Amino acid sequence: MFGLIDGNNFYVSCERVFNPKLNGRAVGIMSNNDGCIVARSNELKALGVEMGTPAHHVRHLVDRGEVILYSSNYELYGDMSHRVQATLEQETAGVEPYSIDEMFVRMDGFTPEGLLEHANSLHWKIPRYTGIPVCVGVAATHTLAKLANRIAKKHPGYPGVCILHAESDEAKHLLQQIDVGDIWGIGRRLNERLQILGIKTAWDLREADAKRLRRKFSVNMERTVLELRGISCLEMNDLHEPKKRIMTSRSFGRPTPHLHDLQGAIRQHAQRGAEKLREQQSLARAVLVFLKTDRFRPDLPQYSPSLVVEMERPSQDTRDILHAAQEALRKIYRPKYSYKKAGVMMLDLTDENRQQLSLMDTPQTEEERQRSHKLMATMDALNEKMGKGTVRLGLPEKNAPWHLRCAHRSPRYTTNWDELMVAHAK
Amino acid sequence: MSHAIVLVPAPHPIGLPLPYPLAHGRAGISGFPSPAQDYEERTLDLNQRLVRHPTSTFFMKVEGDSMEGLGIRHGDLLVVDRAIEPRPGHVLVALIEGEITVKRYATIDGEPCFCSANPRYAPVPITDRDCQVWGVVTAVIHELLTR
Repeated sequence: MFGLIDGNNFYVSCERVFNPKLNGRAVGIMSNNDGCIVARSNELKALGVEMGTPAHHVRHLVDRGEVILYSSNYELYGDMSHRVQATLEQETAGVEPYSIDEMFVRMDGFTPEGLLEHANSLHWKIPRYTGIPVCVGVAATHTLAKLANRIAKKHPGYPGVCILHAESDEAKHLLQQIDVGDIWGIGRRLNERLQILGIKTAWDLREADAKRLRRKFSVNMERTVLELRGISCLEMNDLHEPKKRIMTSRSFGRPTPHLHDLQGAIRQHAQRGAEKLREQQSLARAVLVFLKTDRFRPDLPQYSPSLVVEMERPSQDTRDILHAAQEALRKIYRPKYSYKKAGVMMLDLTDENRQQLSLMDTPQTEEERQRSHKLMATMDALNEKMGKGTVRLGLPEKNAPWHLRCAHRSPRYTTNWDELMVAHAK
Repeated sequence: MSHAIVLVPAPHPIGLPLPYPLAHGRAGISGFPSPAQDYEERTLDLNQRLVRHPTSTFFMKVEGDSMEGLGIRHGDLLVVDRAIEPRPGHVLVALIEGEITVKRYATIDGEPCFCSANPRYAPVPITDRDCQVWGVVTAVIHELLTR
């Protein structure tokens, strides 16, 4: 059985752990490189603000105090993701990170009651230990687990936890309520084509003729049908919601401590990731790199780090992706550990056509943007080296885009000694 | 007539760790453990001592003087663990009326409350609505030579 655990509104939840005043508020996180909103709290969603909205479109709401915007704080999000993952590693038989906020776990050998108990325990333990609220979906295949997770998130009858037993009446009833377009791997085009064939719900797809669909569509469609029936046949690398994230990873046949080997693997993953981006006309705003030692060798020292590097600008260029990935690897690599697995994720994707529009909106040339970005980076570096507040922004440049003028990234509460959360003794 | 021995699995088997080969080297060709093994290289790691649960442990900085009586002073570093179940007597970090505050969890005449360690600050009775535990303070670090 697979469990899919994902953080609710992950970036916003990270901010709320250290700033509880944000609870209940409309909060958005904006990307540093293009000023678009990459994460929203439920309250912000309720205001009708879409993903990828340029920040200045909600400027009036921010000025009125109805919406709070933060610049993305990947150091914090990466660290919190790591904590969630490490907690899951302690509590389960194995964790496969799928994205910065979604992880698969193995849940084998449980009775049905034991399974529910285990899923419930993960549901309360993760927020208790890390502060991040999660939903837990469990089923015999990745595709069904993803659906179960969705039910756990949205269906009032399954608050936070949902277990789908493929052959049960309960599963049938639930699958009949799910649109076929909401299934993993079924994008808009495939959805349209399936609808024409009269396949409208997840149940319809499950009941369809798998071989016939393979001929009409692809082998992956056949596999999706089988997965809906409870037959696991999709590998992690086959799974993707193309428009949301891309993940490439591989386990080494023989674990290796050598940076050279890791660089080679990361290069391959980064190149493949960039290719996939271009194939689907997406740009990535950030890149996450992770390494894992073999947890089934507790006699060997364990070290499974990860790091997110934000891109200078959203990109699908292999050079940019490669550069970011290698930088992340250099920072997390430590010698003498025997690594079993390496992976690269493309995060916070944006459509390349939409990107053009948003750039046209912001009244700033590429050169000015780069200068602003360099200025911010230099400021950060100086402050880090010489103490907080060494360099401060004076009056904001009149021509600087609004999102940079109002931009504030929350403190790096868990990765910087000078930016710790404050506990008031009062 | 043969007596078949029926092995019945224990209803609640105790989990035993799988044996694995120890990666220690051994001195001496005879196979007897070397006395030198008692002096294996060790370093004292503060992290290991102070951070029992890395995934649920966070650091915070103290601002204010309400806990001076317990040796928690303005500017000190707190080691806060979210995994520990709070009990009376623990020093906690809690969300009290929207603010992250450090207090001691105690009972006064059987009623639970958040207390300070400074006569200038009165105890706060706990009402579920306003107070929420963030984590338990396991250690305070007071640095004498600051960077």
